[in-house]
Amino acid sequence: MNKVFMSGNHTIAEAAIRAGCKCYFGYPITPQNELGEYMAANLRQAGGTFIQSESEIAAINMVVGAAASGVRAMTSSSSPGISLKQEGISFLSGFELPAVIVNMMRGGPGMGNIAPAQGDYYQSTRGGGHGDYRTPVLAPASVQELADLTMVAFDLADRYRTPVMLIGDGMMGQMKEPVVFPELVKQLPEKKWALKGRGEGPSRYLASLILDGLENERHNWKLVRKYQEIADCETRYELYMMEDAEYAVVAYGTTARIIKGAIKRARREGIPVGLIRPITLFPFPEKVLQEIAHRIKGFLVFEMSTGQMVDDVRLALADYQVKVEFHGRPGGIIPTPLEFSRVINRHYRRMKK
Amino acid sequence: MKLINQWPQYYKKNVVTHYCPGCGHGVVHRIIAEVLEELDVGKRSLLVCPAGCAVLAYHYLDIDVIESAHGRGTAIATGVSRANPDLFVISYQGDGDLSAIGTAETIHSANRGENITVIFINNAVYGMTGGQMAPTTILDQGTTTTPLGRNSTLDGYPLHITDVVAAFPGVAYAERVTVATPGGIRKTKKAITNAFQTQIEGLGYSIVEVLSPCPTNWKMTPLQACRWITEEMSKEYQPGLLTDKREEKRKQKG
Repeated sequence: MNKVFMSGNHTIAEAAIRAGCKCYFGYPITPQNELGEYMAANLRQAGGTFIQSESEIAAINMVVGAAASGVRAMTSSSSPGISLKQEGISFLSGFELPAVIVNMMRGGPGMGNIAPAQGDYYQSTRGGGHGDYRTPVLAPASVQELADLTMVAFDLADRYRTPVMLIGDGMMGQMKEPVVFPELVKQLPEKKWALKGRGEGPSRYLASLILDGLENERHNWKLVRKYQEIADCETRYELYMMEDAEYAVVAYGTTARIIKGAIKRARREGIPVGLIRPITLFPFPEKVLQEIAHRIKGFLVFEMSTGQMVDDVRLALADYQVKVEFHGRPGGIIPTPLEFSRVINRHYRRMKK
Repeated sequence: MKLINQWPQYYKKNVVTHYCPGCGHGVVHRIIAEVLEELDVGKRSLLVCPAGCAVLAYHYLDIDVIESAHGRGTAIATGVSRANPDLFVISYQGDGDLSAIGTAETIHSANRGENITVIFINNAVYGMTGGQMAPTTILDQGTTTTPLGRNSTLDGYPLHITDVVAAFPGVAYAERVTVATPGGIRKTKKAITNAFQTQIEGLGYSIVEVLSPCPTNWKMTPLQACRWITEEMSKEYQPGLLTDKREEKRKQKG
């Protein structure tokens, strides 16, 4: 396919259709409405199902049903809507069902506003819903990456039988960039566990109710082993100008994009700074931080929040004698590269002392 | 000798019941198993079972089953049915599940005319959580959260949700029945057969509301519970056909 110029929200929808997604269920919420609208226009034509559900809760439970019967299914929303979906995400995790959930974050808490923010990091990476579970979280930083990681999200979901989140924000969803779509997925993995009626075989059930305490404990440890395997095999990150860096910025998504301009500016001023961009937020790329910690004089974490991912950076570096500082803009404020470069400059001078 | 009855193919043998003595679930489970066999749809069935006493329905019914979070049965059934239209999908729900926490899902799946069947067990009380008031609790009925009886000023009125959805154009078949008497059980089987046939023909949403005894939480003997359904509960929720738009739907389908 040729290069096309497309918005982030449309790109996710097109990539999902190409990944073999057959069911999309969602409830309108800004700033991700174009995703559902694209599905309404194109998924039905592609032989799939689009339902504008009565609520976010209904949408995620329709995903449960479609996923249980072996079909690739997704839903999308933005922060307040994702809060409503947490019940279903917990059940998907308990059932061990694959699904893709897109969150185009906005400024919160509560209704907040519809401007880009990164305040749902805790909610996405800590499970969010009730119970002991984690959700793999992918955080693209360009429209091309939205396309690529949407395909990855469906693959991870199927491979590990787990819901996978793709998180961006209002800016990622609304901005347009050139994108080349990956090839149409023709062969989907076989799902022997899917419920399609018992046929001639024995009947089966999908349940998350495990009344026996020891058995429930075993189930929980089994999930933990799965998350560990995901951590071992699926951690993704990008290093930018890190070869000779003495100072490292850690940022993801939109923030990481803006930071690149700030880093170029700082480099021109002689500051040896680079960027570590987590692409998977869970699993968090802690090893890469630990591997370079000995040669880094200071880490600076940028987020469009009051400070959430910074906790993961501090946890990763707990055993290392290195400074971790934070700069954040919550509430839907998008910092400029100039603001970031000033912050880098200030921290550089302070850390050098 | 002529065989007039046998163990249904889709009802598991040698399972010790977890339901209380006099509970209606066992009767309805068996009817479902019988009708699945008679209409030959058991092998392509997927049952969505609710939070509540019937969450363990897969212990009894020998068909594919998925559990549902509280109230979400018809949303899950919608997802299953839309993803795989060839599957025969049943959402089995109690009154708290269907008419309180799942009201939105109930109303909208019915209004979309999803090609699914809902078996709605109405026992006018929250069973598994220990006998609290349900939306269907009748006036003056005592529960753990209406210790002096349901008072319309304080607690609102009994909710007739099946009557509400029966009015929707997407609902092809709705009937209210009871399993409190042998005659009622025969009518229940007939209603469930009609509802299942509605789905098999692809005519849209069908629902059967079953007035069902809960002797434990009503603090009655099984016999008293059946009598209470016939004498008190049936006055509030009169058994009978609520809508049958199957002929109209068949014409629409052509």
